[in-house]
Amino acid sequence: MNWDWQVFLTDDGSGRTYLEWMMEAWGWTLSVAAWAWVVAIVMGTLIGTLRTLPNSPWLVRLANAWVELFRNIPLLVQIFIWYFVLPKIFPVMQQLSGFVLVVLALGFFTSARIAEQVRAGVQALPRGQRYAAMAMGFTTAQSYRYVILPMAFRIILPPLTSESMNLLKNSAAAFAVSIAELTMFAMQAQEETSRGIEIYIAVTALYAISAFAVNRVFAFIERRARVPGLIVAGQTGGGH
Amino acid sequence: MGGLDLAFFNWDVFSKFVLSGLWFSVQLTIVATIGGILLGTVLALMRLSGNPILAVPATIYVNGMRSIPLVMVILWFFLLVPTLIGRPVGAEMSAVITFIAFEAAYFSEIMRAGIQSIPRGQVFAGQALGMTYSQNMRLVVLPQAFRNMLPVLLTQTIILFQDTSLVYAIGAYDMLKGFVTAGKIYGRPEEVYLIAAVVYFIICFALSWLVKRLQARIAIIR
Repeated sequence: MNWDWQVFLTDDGSGRTYLEWMMEAWGWTLSVAAWAWVVAIVMGTLIGTLRTLPNSPWLVRLANAWVELFRNIPLLVQIFIWYFVLPKIFPVMQQLSGFVLVVLALGFFTSARIAEQVRAGVQALPRGQRYAAMAMGFTTAQSYRYVILPMAFRIILPPLTSESMNLLKNSAAAFAVSIAELTMFAMQAQEETSRGIEIYIAVTALYAISAFAVNRVFAFIERRARVPGLIVAGQTGGGH
Repeated sequence: MGGLDLAFFNWDVFSKFVLSGLWFSVQLTIVATIGGILLGTVLALMRLSGNPILAVPATIYVNGMRSIPLVMVILWFFLLVPTLIGRPVGAEMSAVITFIAFEAAYFSEIMRAGIQSIPRGQVFAGQALGMTYSQNMRLVVLPQAFRNMLPVLLTQTIILFQDTSLVYAIGAYDMLKGFVTAGKIYGRPEEVYLIAAVVYFIICFALSWLVKRLQARIAIIR
């Protein structure tokens, strides 16, 4: 096996080296993942909360339907629908860039999984927490904002870590609609240079580094947000 | 619906373009599930063996596979498999090998959790009866671990079925590719994605409903 790592220093035909191209692609991967994460957390928290509301059966059903819808269709198909189909049905969406559409696709896809975790976290709380909030005179919104959700999020930090790493890996599916992210780079550079192994090793390493960084950030949050006295907080190492 | 025409899609189109793709997706799912569980169980036993010569490589393999995107693994195998076995293989064959190798990492984590959920006393009881390690695993531990984990294994299989759509990256002819091909030929490239979504949804929703029923049943047995 003869290596040729210098391939990264050669020009890709547009005045930048393959190394520069790969770094830009890494930036795209990270920003797709980061923005999709924001969408997923916001929507996932909202939908997950709705599923636990005590006296609103229709909101619960609606939120359950949301989760089923986004969980039972492959991500790739969802990306194609956001990218090709929705702009055709709603012409307003034609003004959105491919980047925004992929972020929404990945964010909504992940939101269903996070909603499931938020629901589990809320339901894992002792009933007394909700009653305590009611006894303090909190409205439903206040008891979620100040009592239930802060506790639920601490409980679900370990699965949330895995899901955030999954989101980062799932962002690779954006290649299918030509977002210039790492996988797209890997496919194109492999074809142009025929040094596939070197290119793939570098891209794989960048994915692994990114996933590890996400893992460490969550481990840090977990340490800082630990609730004294809870067994669950002491045991978790955060992800894998 | 604005500008969409779904009327072109009928049974003829389905059987001509989609059915063979669906069949491949199903075959890939079944083969990768069986192969993945077998290889995954071996990996889990290696990790739990307490022997670093077995445990360390298995741990590196599992964690390595789990830290990179499936699409990259698909691309890797598509690039490497022909070099390794010395002759070109089709995208479909490459996909089968990839999915067994990739899913084994995920199935091994499930089997590991399943094995660890068995009370230690069961292993001791087996040993007291004079069982060898392999008899103990085969007759006592693994059957229970497998049954405890059955709902999780099946849920992973549903995820696997959805993931088969990613063979798009190497152009293998799966169900999604069948839909895309039909869309190209009939000039309805957008519509087919909606129909594909509906078909995937029906299959996956029905399967996860079945898993839920099974879970309820197993919970009673325990």
